[in-house]
Amino acid sequence: MTAVAQVPSGPRPGSGAQQKPLPLDVEAIRADFPILSRTVRDGKRLVYLDSGATSQKPRSVLDAERWFYENVNAAPHRGAHQLAEEATGAYEEARETIARFIGARTDEVVFTRNSTESINLVAYALSNAATAKEPEFRRYAVGQGDEIVVTEMEHHANLVPWQQLCERTGATLRWLGLTDDGRLDLSDLATVVNERTTLVAVTQQSNILGTINPLGEIIARAHEVGALVLVDGAQSVPHQPVDVTELGADFLVFSGHKMLGPTGVGVLWGRYDVLDALPPFLTGGSMIEVVRMEGSTFMPPPQRFEAGVPMTAQVIGLGAAVEYLQRLGMDNVLAHEEALTAYALEKLAEIPGVTVIGPPDTVARGGAISFTVEGIHPHDVGQVLDDQGIAVRVGHHCAWPVVRRYGVPATTRATFYVHTGYDDVDALADGIRKAQQFFGVVPAEEA
Amino acid sequence: MQLEAMYQEIILDHYRNPHGRGLREPFEAEVHHVNPTCGDEVTLRVHLDGDTIADVSYEGMGCSISQASVSAMYDLVIGKSVPQALETGDHFMTLMQAKGDPSVAEKLEDELEDAVAFAGVSKYPARIKCALMSWMALKDASARALGAQS
Repeated sequence: MTAVAQVPSGPRPGSGAQQKPLPLDVEAIRADFPILSRTVRDGKRLVYLDSGATSQKPRSVLDAERWFYENVNAAPHRGAHQLAEEATGAYEEARETIARFIGARTDEVVFTRNSTESINLVAYALSNAATAKEPEFRRYAVGQGDEIVVTEMEHHANLVPWQQLCERTGATLRWLGLTDDGRLDLSDLATVVNERTTLVAVTQQSNILGTINPLGEIIARAHEVGALVLVDGAQSVPHQPVDVTELGADFLVFSGHKMLGPTGVGVLWGRYDVLDALPPFLTGGSMIEVVRMEGSTFMPPPQRFEAGVPMTAQVIGLGAAVEYLQRLGMDNVLAHEEALTAYALEKLAEIPGVTVIGPPDTVARGGAISFTVEGIHPHDVGQVLDDQGIAVRVGHHCAWPVVRRYGVPATTRATFYVHTGYDDVDALADGIRKAQQFFGVVPAEEA
Repeated sequence: MQLEAMYQEIILDHYRNPHGRGLREPFEAEVHHVNPTCGDEVTLRVHLDGDTIADVSYEGMGCSISQASVSAMYDLVIGKSVPQALETGDHFMTLMQAKGDPSVAEKLEDELEDAVAFAGVSKYPARIKCALMSWMALKDASARALGAQS
């Protein structure tokens, strides 16, 4: 029912944009997403171009959560009754599925609330390390004289926790800048990442520019100086094959809700020997070994980092989401979005007054397309698009330094996913032209 | 199309030709307000003559709703006492909470003049904060200006 190649349709009259055959069968996939059959704003088809903020969920994910609550609901890793056993089994089975999806060992996958919490977990573990009473937890302690390196491209979630870590510990925050065409400026990599660097935190795919970063070069330099590397995969794991062994980083974080899964579940993957040397972030039930009034000892990873009854149904839902993506094939997902991105970049380039903020072609670029429309504020562009049933994101996209870097107050952003088709991109382009007409800023050559 | 209900011609006029825009001297207080969810900004100065608002000058960047709102506010508050201006602000807040109810706009027409055109914005919860930003800045700046006098 999915992943069947589509017959190519020709380019629309009057447009030079090329529609290459899409690897995914958009119509069949859309039928899997109940929400895509609803209408918005007085009966208009929902054109959902905001998967970068959160993705829609296929029926199999919703069914998995319902199955859990209706059949096996119990707290995993507690109790000896049948439901508790089955709940534990389903929870751990989902962990195996998700670990295989990223080529990881099962005991290297920690469940968190989302990418933001995964990053905070690492940041707090690094400052907790400085005061840990257990010597084995002090290996990665961060303190005065240490440096944390981020990039100017990061989502606030991969910037603010590091600023805060530096404020707590007296470490220094440094960053890699951006080039005019939306790439990381690595010209000073060797000086910014140096012997004082403790950790480099970098996104694999920018949520605002779409840029896919050359992580190999950055990770090689970081490891050369003995620094850890945390990769923000919130926008990459949902959209491209990611294998932690090939990646070579020490941590990878991602969110379930951006990859067809439920809200409230995210992942921290960490190399086992690194996770094992970190003290806990949140403490309480489930993560302890022995508790006495005088003090406690902790479980090995991943349990050490999963305090409290976990988001069991959501983890099982994320397992179902991963299975859905595996059926489509992540290579197909990537190729699908590449074709849509190439088409969208051409379509937008045909509209006078539209400027794409980010790489202008599909080389090392994902499907997040941020743009400005001359003479119309991004909010107003978004409002006119919304009126036509097109959901896009407007604003600074939780990456305020990026919009500042490119001298715009905000952007309008379209993001694609497995159910996106050329008709959605056409709707976007038509919608932008309508916004130009509505606000009377149709450039002369168009009027 | 519901767009016209929100983007009344009066709003678009204020957006294209804002009244009172630019930062001027003298002033007793200057504030800078941002809308952290979208990055819209306004810098606003208040100049008082006694407790009368003699001038409101401003610079800002933001969407048509936020920029038109500050322009319409400028027309409404110059020459009013600070309490009168703040009362007008309360009326505007009431309008923004009306969820598009036309009877609310009708009742407030005299007090709000051009600003009653923002009634359509109240149907879009995500945009209400755009319309309110300048009024929040005025409230803040006039309180500081009064404080500076005493």
